[in-house]
Amino acid sequence: MNAESVIFYILAFLILAFSVLTVTTKRIIRSAMFLFFTLLGTAGLYFLMGYTFLGSVQMMVYAGGIVVLFVFSILLTSSNGEKLVRLKTGKIFAAAVTCLLGAAIVLFIIITHHFTGAITDAVPSEQLISISTIGHQMLSFDKYGYVLPFEAVSVLLLACIVAGIIIARKR
Amino acid sequence: MDYSYTVLILLLPFLSFLVLGVFGKFMSHRTSGLIGTLTLTVVTLLCYYTAYTYFTAPRTAEGTYAVITAFNHQWLPFFIGGLSFDIGCMLDPISVMMLVVVGTVSLAVHVYSFGYMHGERGFQRFYAFLSLFTMSMLGLVVATNIFQMYLFWELVGVSSYLLIGFYYTKPAAIAASKKAFIVTRFADLGFLIGILIYGYYCGTFSFDFEGNADKIAAGAAMLPTALLLMFVGGAGKSAMFPLHIWLPDAMEGPTPVSALIHAATMVVAGVFQVARMYPLWIEYAPNTLHIVAYVGAFTAFYAAVVACAQTDIKRVLAFSTISQIAFMMVALGVCTEYVTGHSHPGSVGYMAAMFHLFTHAMFKACLFLCAGAIITIVHDNEMAAMGGMRKYMPITHITFLICCLSISGIPPFSGFFSKDEILAGCFAFSPVMGWIMTLIAAMTAFYMFRLYYGIFWGTENVKYHAEIQPHECPATMTVPLIFLAAVTCVAGFIPFGHFVSADGMSYDIHLNWSVAGTSIVIALASIGLATYMYKGSTQPVADKLAARFSTLNKWAYHRFYIDEVYQFVTHRIIFAHISKPVAWCDKHIVDGFLNGLASGSHRLSYLIRGFQSGEVQQYAYVFLIGALAIVLLLII
Amino acid sequence: MLHLEYFLILSALMLFIGIYGFLTRRSTLAVLISVELMLNASDINFAVFNRLLYPAGQEGYFFALFSIAISAAETAVAIAIMIAIYRNVRSIQLNHLDTLKW
Repeated sequence: MNAESVIFYILAFLILAFSVLTVTTKRIIRSAMFLFFTLLGTAGLYFLMGYTFLGSVQMMVYAGGIVVLFVFSILLTSSNGEKLVRLKTGKIFAAAVTCLLGAAIVLFIIITHHFTGAITDAVPSEQLISISTIGHQMLSFDKYGYVLPFEAVSVLLLACIVAGIIIARKR
Repeated sequence: MDYSYTVLILLLPFLSFLVLGVFGKFMSHRTSGLIGTLTLTVVTLLCYYTAYTYFTAPRTAEGTYAVITAFNHQWLPFFIGGLSFDIGCMLDPISVMMLVVVGTVSLAVHVYSFGYMHGERGFQRFYAFLSLFTMSMLGLVVATNIFQMYLFWELVGVSSYLLIGFYYTKPAAIAASKKAFIVTRFADLGFLIGILIYGYYCGTFSFDFEGNADKIAAGAAMLPTALLLMFVGGAGKSAMFPLHIWLPDAMEGPTPVSALIHAATMVVAGVFQVARMYPLWIEYAPNTLHIVAYVGAFTAFYAAVVACAQTDIKRVLAFSTISQIAFMMVALGVCTEYVTGHSHPGSVGYMAAMFHLFTHAMFKACLFLCAGAIITIVHDNEMAAMGGMRKYMPITHITFLICCLSISGIPPFSGFFSKDEILAGCFAFSPVMGWIMTLIAAMTAFYMFRLYYGIFWGTENVKYHAEIQPHECPATMTVPLIFLAAVTCVAGFIPFGHFVSADGMSYDIHLNWSVAGTSIVIALASIGLATYMYKGSTQPVADKLAARFSTLNKWAYHRFYIDEVYQFVTHRIIFAHISKPVAWCDKHIVDGFLNGLASGSHRLSYLIRGFQSGEVQQYAYVFLIGALAIVLLLII
Repeated sequence: MLHLEYFLILSALMLFIGIYGFLTRRSTLAVLISVELMLNASDINFAVFNRLLYPAGQEGYFFALFSIAISAAETAVAIAIMIAIYRNVRSIQLNHLDTLKW
């Protein structure tokens, strides 16, 4: 068991634990904070795979942007100390059973399907995808160039900004 | 000779019906009445002209009048080269004779209605229906085939229904119109089945029996059945026992309608139908034909007995009509096979029936119109309200008397001649039948004079008359009476046998004086008896007799409870034991099935309405289950 | 040795935890948080498939990147909608938001 495995197990444990806490905690602000930790753990996974840029985007956009947005809106829409309303036990039970069932099915498929891939040292992590490659690819018209999705996302984000303002503004 | 103008005879009344029916309410009473009457005058003149040209045209080589198909339009071919449903106009002696009868009586009734219906609500509607009826009746008599006859047969039924129910605010009138329609319709079922059997086995509907002799011979085995079923239809229309129950009730309609439809024309349609099919009857079903005679004889007797006990003057006339039509049926029924080439007593009944149809139409229409005139003055149908009317209504009195003498069979009035021929035919068939019919003729004379004395002599209802001030009717009403009475006086001298006879040959009517003498003597005796019993201002003999035979009197007054029997059969047996289970099946099984479908889908929609809860999470949950199910499907 | 299965199992569990949250939370914001968990699980899958099966390729990487961008946009709009709703009905509980049913 090498260091990477140890780090993975720790990260996996943290991610799962915080995920569960995210969906089970009573206070919504705590839920948002547990989501933040989950996202950070995911960023850790990206770092572990050698995708440092993706990891930092995850931290900046998700953890830094979205969670902050959540926190703001929670503070805007919830009175202080408001607890989440609980559903009927039967419904929670049904949802849990269904999720466990679904998870069992998916895990069964994953385990019975023999994947070949594994992280080895064959490819040095700094040679994987460098930031300059990403920059070029993002604005490239060539094969494997992503200028079209990039621009589409730009327009989408612009539309979101406008829409967000229009929807949320005071009349 | 071109007879294609006869299409006008059918079209003009129909146009008049359309105009009056659609635009009638924008017209004044006078305009609409004039339109109807003038149209009918033209039609009647056309009928007379047709009759004149037809009967003055030279006869064919065999000595008969040519059968002319003025026009014939193939309307609905059932299949190529086979049966087809034609509309046309056929002229032969009996149809031309009927044209004259219908035209004359209808014209008289149109004129008469001017006075009778004066100021009535629905005056225009009345004239529209009269036009419809006239068109239907004319179409019926000139039919070229039995299907056309059936079509117009039903049309006269409809117009009869409409006219009986003319006073539609009166419950009795509505009930009577429904009764008439249902009873005749029920009988027409037999007619229809007969037509279908005839069409199926003989492959033709046409009245051209000679031209289709081969086809008809092919279906000879089924012809007696078919003809008998057709006679059931005729019996319904002509009110033969036991289908007569609608005719007395039909008197709820306006009196001119009773005169036109329920005395002179529509009710003789059954007789006309049997006469029309006569060549087939006599050739293929001569023995079955006698059933017609027996039914007719019984009906004649029954109606005569009932007529003796009625007090409503229109009811007396109605039963008299039934009895007289039965006479015609008997005359047709007693015909035996004839030998081509010369007339013999066996076929005199055919001529006699047609002759009696002709004369009866005139004098019975006149009697009804007289009764209508009296009713408009007295405002009551009961004899009790009348008596001694001769002082107030001399014209009506004289015309009524003439017609009474005619129906009783007193010479020189027309009824004598035609009835005498019927009796001669009956005696030729069998002496028993002859004596029975003579007896019934005597009863006819008796009840007609009972009616006559009850209205014009007898006990006068002085108190009531002082109140209503009886007087003679206006000219529009008396002129038709005089006209019809005049026809009654002279019609007997028409050499009828020259025009209409069983084999088409000219036939000289010669009175059989032994028969005629007997019937005159018996008729005079009956009249004398009636005079003795009913002429005086008090009627001790009649009252004594009524008390002596009170049961018989009561039964006859209630028409031997035939209506009640029908009531019992329909309500207690058919409704209770057939209709109710059928209705139950319809309600609980047929409707129940459909209701079950409806309530089932209702419940189902209530069930699935819950799915549409508006809760996003529930939708997501269902979606998740679906997705998992698909995954499971894919991996298994 | 980190096998592909490890990552996939992790992301699958994360996905179903997200689904569980989606199904059981009443607050719209909490539901949105659960959605973020699910999206995150799929991002992991993109990156992992790229890294472990096709180390020389870039598609998964870019998909993850775009996915993050789109989820950011989606969250922004969703939160704007929620604030608008909150202004109108003074609540963002899902069981209060069933007016569109009719």
